[in-house]
Amino acid sequence: MTDGTLTVATDSPAFEPWFKNDDPSNGKGYESAVAYAVAQELGFDPSSVTWVKEPFNNSYKPGDKNFDFDINQISITPDRAEKVTFSDGYYTASQALVTLKDSPVAKATSVDDLKQYKLGAQTGTTSLTAIRNDIQPSQQPLVFQSTNVAKQALLNGQVDAIVADLPTAFYITAVQIPQATIVGQFQQQSGTPEEFGMLFEKDNPLAECVNLALATIKSDGTLDAFEKKWLSQTVNVPVLQ
Amino acid sequence: MSEPVETWQPSARERERQAVRRSLRRRALLVSTVATVAFFAVVWFGTVSSPGWPSVKSTFFNWDDAKAAFPSIWHAFWTYNVKLFLIGEVLILILALAVALIRQSRAPVLLPLRIVAVIYTDLFRGIPTILLVFMLAFGIPALNLQGVTNSLFFWGLVALVLSYGAYVAEVIRAGIESIHPSQISSADALGLSRFQAMRYVVVPQGVRRVIPPLLNDFISLQKDTALVGAAGLFDALFAATDYANFHFNFTSYTVVALYFIVLTIPLARFTDHLQHRAMERERQGAR
Amino acid sequence: MTHPMPDALLEVTDVRKTYGEKVVLRDIALTVEPHDVVCLIGSSGSGKSTLLRCLNLLEDVDDGVIRFEGREISDPRVDRREVRSRMGMVFQSYNLFPHLTVLDNCVLAPRRVHGVPKAEAEQRARDLLTQFGLADQADKHPDRMSGGQQQRAALVRALCTQPTLLLLDEITAALDPELVGEVLTIVRDLAEQGTTMILATHEMAFARDVATTVCFLDGGRILEQGPPAEIFTNPREERTRRFLARVLG
Repeated sequence: MTDGTLTVATDSPAFEPWFKNDDPSNGKGYESAVAYAVAQELGFDPSSVTWVKEPFNNSYKPGDKNFDFDINQISITPDRAEKVTFSDGYYTASQALVTLKDSPVAKATSVDDLKQYKLGAQTGTTSLTAIRNDIQPSQQPLVFQSTNVAKQALLNGQVDAIVADLPTAFYITAVQIPQATIVGQFQQQSGTPEEFGMLFEKDNPLAECVNLALATIKSDGTLDAFEKKWLSQTVNVPVLQ
Repeated sequence: MSEPVETWQPSARERERQAVRRSLRRRALLVSTVATVAFFAVVWFGTVSSPGWPSVKSTFFNWDDAKAAFPSIWHAFWTYNVKLFLIGEVLILILALAVALIRQSRAPVLLPLRIVAVIYTDLFRGIPTILLVFMLAFGIPALNLQGVTNSLFFWGLVALVLSYGAYVAEVIRAGIESIHPSQISSADALGLSRFQAMRYVVVPQGVRRVIPPLLNDFISLQKDTALVGAAGLFDALFAATDYANFHFNFTSYTVVALYFIVLTIPLARFTDHLQHRAMERERQGAR
Repeated sequence: MTHPMPDALLEVTDVRKTYGEKVVLRDIALTVEPHDVVCLIGSSGSGKSTLLRCLNLLEDVDDGVIRFEGREISDPRVDRREVRSRMGMVFQSYNLFPHLTVLDNCVLAPRRVHGVPKAEAEQRARDLLTQFGLADQADKHPDRMSGGQQQRAALVRALCTQPTLLLLDEITAALDPELVGEVLTIVRDLAEQGTTMILATHEMAFARDVATTVCFLDGGRILEQGPPAEIFTNPREERTRRFLARVLG
C-alpha cells in the first residue's frame, strides 16, 4: 500500500445497488458513495483512492492486509470482531425473502409459513443466519458461494426462495429476475439489528478516524441522502412476523 | 531314512565378523535416529518460533473452533462426500470399462460409438472437474427439460462420474493394451470369439494389472467430492468454509483436511503394498 | 500336385504371404493326410511360424488356396472362429492364461466355444492331464509351474477341444534343455496315437524319429520335402545339406 493513497477493498463482481457497473471507482452505488465520502473526510480526494479486489472468504485471513479497509456488506458480529476490527455501522440491514411470482411462497405472510420450504442464502451472510436462527425451516437450507449462484438455483427451481439483505433483494427483483418478487422483509428476532461495517486489520488505528468521519456524515445528513438516492426502494415492503 | 545331522559352529573369524556387523548396524541406527529427530526438531522449532506463529496458531489450530465446527463437518461428510465417492466409484468403473471396451472394438457396427468414445475421453479430460460440476448442476436444470431432475446431488454426482470416467477409461485401456498379443493369439487359436477373448482372457488380466493406478484415482476421487460445493451442496469442505465465513476462523479447514487425510492414508498404504507385491512377482520372473 | 485328393485333411496350394514389401512365404504347397506328422525345419526367419499362423487363419494369405476338411478356408466369408475351433495350436510361450488355473484354462474353450457342460469338460480335462502326468497341477496357476509343465499343460489345453489337426510352433524352443524331453515325450505319444500334427521344430533328432514328412523351409520357400530318412541322410539341395550340417554338428 502506498503512502498518500487510501486503499479500499471490495469483492468482485461488485453488486448493485452497493456499486454500479461493477466499477467501485465511479462513486456510484451506496457503498461506493460512502467510501468516497469517508475518504473525503479523512483528507483523501477521489484521485487518491485506489480500489483492490478481495474475495469475501479472504478478507479475514490472518496476516497483513493489502487494503486499509474492506467495504463489502460485511455484518458486524461479536465473534468476528475478535479477529478483525470493524468500523461503526454504516447501514442497518434487514433481510428480505425473494421468490418467483408464481410460487406458493409468494403468498406467505408470516415467518412460520416459510418453515416448509427449501430456502437458500449466500455463505457467511447474516441472511443464512437468519434462515437458521429465525426461520428454522424443516429442510436444510441451500448455501451458495455467491448471490449469482443463488439466483440461478431459484430460476431452476432448485430452491423455493432465497434470503438476501433488502437492497440486494430489490435489485434482484427489479433488474435481474423480473419474474421474481419480494415476499416480505423481516428483522432478526435476536437482539440488536445487524449492521454493515467496514473491515480493518485488527487494532488498526485508522478505524478510529473512519468512525469520526462516519459520525460526521451521519450527522450532516450525507448518509441519509445516500440511502435515499441508492436504496430508496426499500420502503413499502411488507414485514413478515 | 536318517540323514546326518549338520554340526557346524561359526569359526572364530566368523564370530569376529558378526560382532563387527552388529556394531556397524547399531551405529547406522543411531545416525538415522539422530538425523530424523534433528530434522523434525528443526522444522518444528522453525515453525513455532516464526513471528506470525501465534496468529496462525489461533486462526488454524484453535481447539474451541475445532470442537464447534466438528459436528456440522462430520454430518456433511457422511451425508455427501462418502455417498458421492462410494456410489461414484462404482458408476465410474462401469462407465470406464464400457468406454475402454468400445474403443478397443473393431466391429463395423460400433464405429459411431467408437467416435463418441474418443470425443468423450478427450472432452472430459479437458474440462476441469469443478467447472463440469457447476455447468451440469446449474446448466441442465436451466434447460427445463421434461422429466429431468434438477437435483444438485444428482448432477454433482453425474459430473464427477463423467469427469473421472474419462481418466479411468484410459487407465483401463492401457491395462488392456498391455496384455501380450500372444494371449489374444492363444484365445483366437482356441476358437474364442473376440468378445469371449475380452471377457475371459484380456479384461480380467488387464484390469488386475492396473489396480494400483485405479486405486490412485479412487483416492483422488475422494478428495474431489469436495468440488460439489461449487454447486451449493453442503459437503464437508463447504461446511468448513461456511463456519470459517461466520466466525472468521480457519480451524474448520484444518479439521476437514484431517478428515480427508485419515480417510486416504489406509488406502494409500494398501495401494503401496499391492504395487510392491506386483513388483516382487514380476522380478521373480513368473514366466 | 494339382489334383486335390478327396481324403486329404489339409491341402495348401501356391500360398504366398508378404508383410509390406517383404515376401515371407512363396509357392508353398503341402498336403497333409490324417495321422501325418509333418515337421517344418529351417533357420529363423524362414517362415515356419508364419506358415502355421496362416493355416490357423491368424493371418491372411496374399495368394494361394488352403483347403481344410474338404472346403476352402482361405475364403474371406468363412467363419474363422469355427475353423480355429477344429484346429489346435500351441505357441512357443505365453500360452496359458495366467489368471486361471490349469483346469480352468483347459475347460474354457470346450465350455464356451463347443458348449460342453462343465462337469464333462472338467472330467475330460482331468483325464488328459493325468495321462500326461499333470494331474496334481490341475488346480495350480501357471506361474507356479516350470516351463516344461506349462508347455505340457498348453498341449493338454489344445487337445481338450478335440481338434482334427494340431499345429505346434517351436514349443520347446523357449525351454531349458532339461525340460525339453518331457514335452517331446508327449508329442511322441500323440503321434503314436495317430494325432495329425504339423510342427515347426529345431529338435532334429526328434523330427527324424517321429515325422512322416519333413519340410525344409528356406527364404520363404519349401526347398525340399520328403520322408525323414531321405531328408536327413540324403538331402538333394545344397542349402539343405549346409543347414543340416550346421544344426546337427
